[in-house]
Amino acid sequence: MTSAPSSLPEPKGPPTGVGALAMRERRLAYMMLLPTFFIVLSIVIIPLFANFWISFKSVELGDLRAARPMINEQLKPRPKADGQEVILRYRMRNSSKKEALRDITFSDEIPAGLTLVTDSNGQTGDGRCLVADQQINCDIGTLAGGERLDLKLPVVAGQAYLDNGVRPRDSKPLAVYETSNVLTSLDFTLANFEKIFSAQEFWNVLRVSFYYTIFGTVGALVLGLFAAQILHTAFRGRAVLRGLFLFPYVAPVIAVAFAWVLLLDAGPGGTFNAMLQQMGATSGPINFLGQTNVDVSIFGLTFQFPMALTTVIIFESWRYFPLSFLFILARMQSISSDMYEAAEMDGATPFQQFWYLSLPQLLGILSVLFLLRFIWTFNKFDDIFLLTGGAAGTRTLTVDVYEQAFAVSNLGAGAAVAVVVFVVLLTFSLIFFKFSPQDDG
Amino acid sequence: MRLGVITWMALLYGAIWGGLWMTLTGLLLMLVSGLIAVPTIGMAALVGVVTGGAVIFFPAFQHSWRRQILLIVGVVAGLLLVTAGSPFSTPLSQKPIYQFAALFIWAALTVLSLTLCLDGYQAGGAKRYRIEVLVIRLLKGLGLVLFSVFVALPFYVMVMTSLKSQQSLLGNPLDFSIDFGQGFASLFRSYIELFTQFHFGTFLMNSAIVSVITVLITLFFAIPGAYAVARLRFPGQAFLSRSILLIYMVPAIVLVIPLYTVFSQLGLRNSLIGLLVVYPATTIPVALYMLQGYFRGLPGELEEAGLMDGLSRLKVITKITLPLALPALASVSLYVFMIAWNEFLFAFMFLDDFSMFTLSRGVVSLNSSEVPRQHLMAGAVVATVPVLAVFLWFEKYLVSGLTAGSVKG
Repeated sequence: MTSAPSSLPEPKGPPTGVGALAMRERRLAYMMLLPTFFIVLSIVIIPLFANFWISFKSVELGDLRAARPMINEQLKPRPKADGQEVILRYRMRNSSKKEALRDITFSDEIPAGLTLVTDSNGQTGDGRCLVADQQINCDIGTLAGGERLDLKLPVVAGQAYLDNGVRPRDSKPLAVYETSNVLTSLDFTLANFEKIFSAQEFWNVLRVSFYYTIFGTVGALVLGLFAAQILHTAFRGRAVLRGLFLFPYVAPVIAVAFAWVLLLDAGPGGTFNAMLQQMGATSGPINFLGQTNVDVSIFGLTFQFPMALTTVIIFESWRYFPLSFLFILARMQSISSDMYEAAEMDGATPFQQFWYLSLPQLLGILSVLFLLRFIWTFNKFDDIFLLTGGAAGTRTLTVDVYEQAFAVSNLGAGAAVAVVVFVVLLTFSLIFFKFSPQDDG
Repeated sequence: MRLGVITWMALLYGAIWGGLWMTLTGLLLMLVSGLIAVPTIGMAALVGVVTGGAVIFFPAFQHSWRRQILLIVGVVAGLLLVTAGSPFSTPLSQKPIYQFAALFIWAALTVLSLTLCLDGYQAGGAKRYRIEVLVIRLLKGLGLVLFSVFVALPFYVMVMTSLKSQQSLLGNPLDFSIDFGQGFASLFRSYIELFTQFHFGTFLMNSAIVSVITVLITLFFAIPGAYAVARLRFPGQAFLSRSILLIYMVPAIVLVIPLYTVFSQLGLRNSLIGLLVVYPATTIPVALYMLQGYFRGLPGELEEAGLMDGLSRLKVITKITLPLALPALASVSLYVFMIAWNEFLFAFMFLDDFSMFTLSRGVVSLNSSEVPRQHLMAGAVVATVPVLAVFLWFEKYLVSGLTAGSVKG
């Protein structure tokens, strides 16, 4: 047996590596996509991390303004005669209540004709300021958070000062100082998380969030499915109704939320309550958005019915059913009619056709819509904020972020709640992606 | 007389439609005429039962409009009879034209609904198939009516409140009758005051500027990005496109605190520029997703032919792909416009000065006890009308474009 001569070249496979054309295509693709990626990154991902950062800091709304010395200068009393001795007063305050200002020095120009009373070296009485060429330089040292300082310097007014119009306030004192910014410092604390988790309120807020999200999502999906069934078959005026059914989704949340608030108003002038009373359905006005619980007795058992939360959920379903309606309708119209004809032949009744043909076909889009709406409803802030402001047992996590950060002005605690929101959301997404069918979406 | 499931259903349908239409026409009567009326729902349901019986026992009513008119007159007479001449619990002499109109509308709607529902059915029993068809007809009919009322009522109240005065609304909150005799300036007083005293001209301008520029910026970045994801091959393609979409899931409220902090320090907070930084960043992902779905659906051969003929990629995009994708561009623009126009959270958090307010922010500033509610509702109408107009204009693009990316088949 002779083996093949080893001098023959190995048979070549298809070319490996990346050709010049493919390289150009890659470069073009990155050029087209990366700007978008970085913009979104900088407005979404970086703030997301900033949020984590802030949640570990004890920072309040007032701390956003960096600490700086506020200086106010005054000449008292106003000099009237040549040679009169008056007081030049500098009042200084640390704008921050917490952060200390260190190594503060400031300089200011003294108007011509004013002579500060100094010793031979040019130092003023208290030794903190030096005067030279109508220029004053003061060394203040440290001001603790919120500390004030009052500098009173005796000064002699000359005729020149009385004659010219230049006053001390015409030149602003220039201050140089050092301080540390609470946002950029490396002090971390778990106080925010301890605070929110130990509050009894928090667990209630979490529960309300889940109720709101689950029932709001299901409500919007069921209404959307129903509306799609109604508008599936053609009839005159269908296009008009389809447009009308999308109104709640298209109109600004601000407009529809306030319209609902006025519609459901419990005071005089509330249209819906007046309707109910006129019909004899209720005896007195119902405070749909302001009442936490209503006692409902069925068969002698009394239940606590969460009134405001239910109203908010109904609003949520009302506002977002158009989206699921639109997607479900589009999916239904893409189902081929052959199957239904075959089912008719076999004697399937309309409900059987819906249950055994339509629903399985719609399952994909329904699960995608459930996922999206679940996440978006959980994220929703505007609706509840505008309807109830989070009162009457409707405070969800997102409203709590706002309340903590801006109403109580504790940015750190707000950021901590926001972290909780994000973690819950991440958990949902992971669960959904694990269990959702692979081929949809 | 043949009894059976269909007969019982017809009688039940009669009660349902008679009662439902009485409730709605009674409400309509109150809202339009300002009359304090209590619809006699029970009596109307009773007359409805009789009507249902008439339609099912004499199928001739189902097809001849002359007989239907006779039936309507009969129904009106019947209701007048059982309610002793006051179908809305108030003497017919008060605003008789409105009352008779409402009465006839009620009768006509009841008869029409019943004949449509019972079309082709006769008294007696039926197979399950026929019964289910009948049930579905009722469900569809009820659904249409109730959905329309449910959707339209808040909008109706919004528009009508904006045209009324505070005193008359507090006096009778159901009276949405409009007095056209008072003249244009008086009728639209709250709108005129919004624009003259409450800076709504500025708000409208700001909203328009922010929304349009957001659309332009979004398209500028989303089109190349979507094209790259849909057409070009490069490592990390799936990762980049998916991570951009996932970003869409990040809640705005989580971004508010850090953006508020940073924008405060950069001086971007109380400015439209700040909004123009945030809005496109939140709209680009969804725009990119919608567009790439559409680009994928376009035939690639056209572009390849263009490349063969010596066009550069950019030329191919501008000369071939974009003209073909015009419907998708329209729907994406509309969707982004809607998002930017309706956006509330960032506008509310960032803007402090009147001169910077967008409409969303401006309407919130009307929500105080010092501003009468017709002003608040007029503000809501001003914020709603432009976006609804744009939407109705482009509706068919929005519907096809929104669903194109996700629905197969």
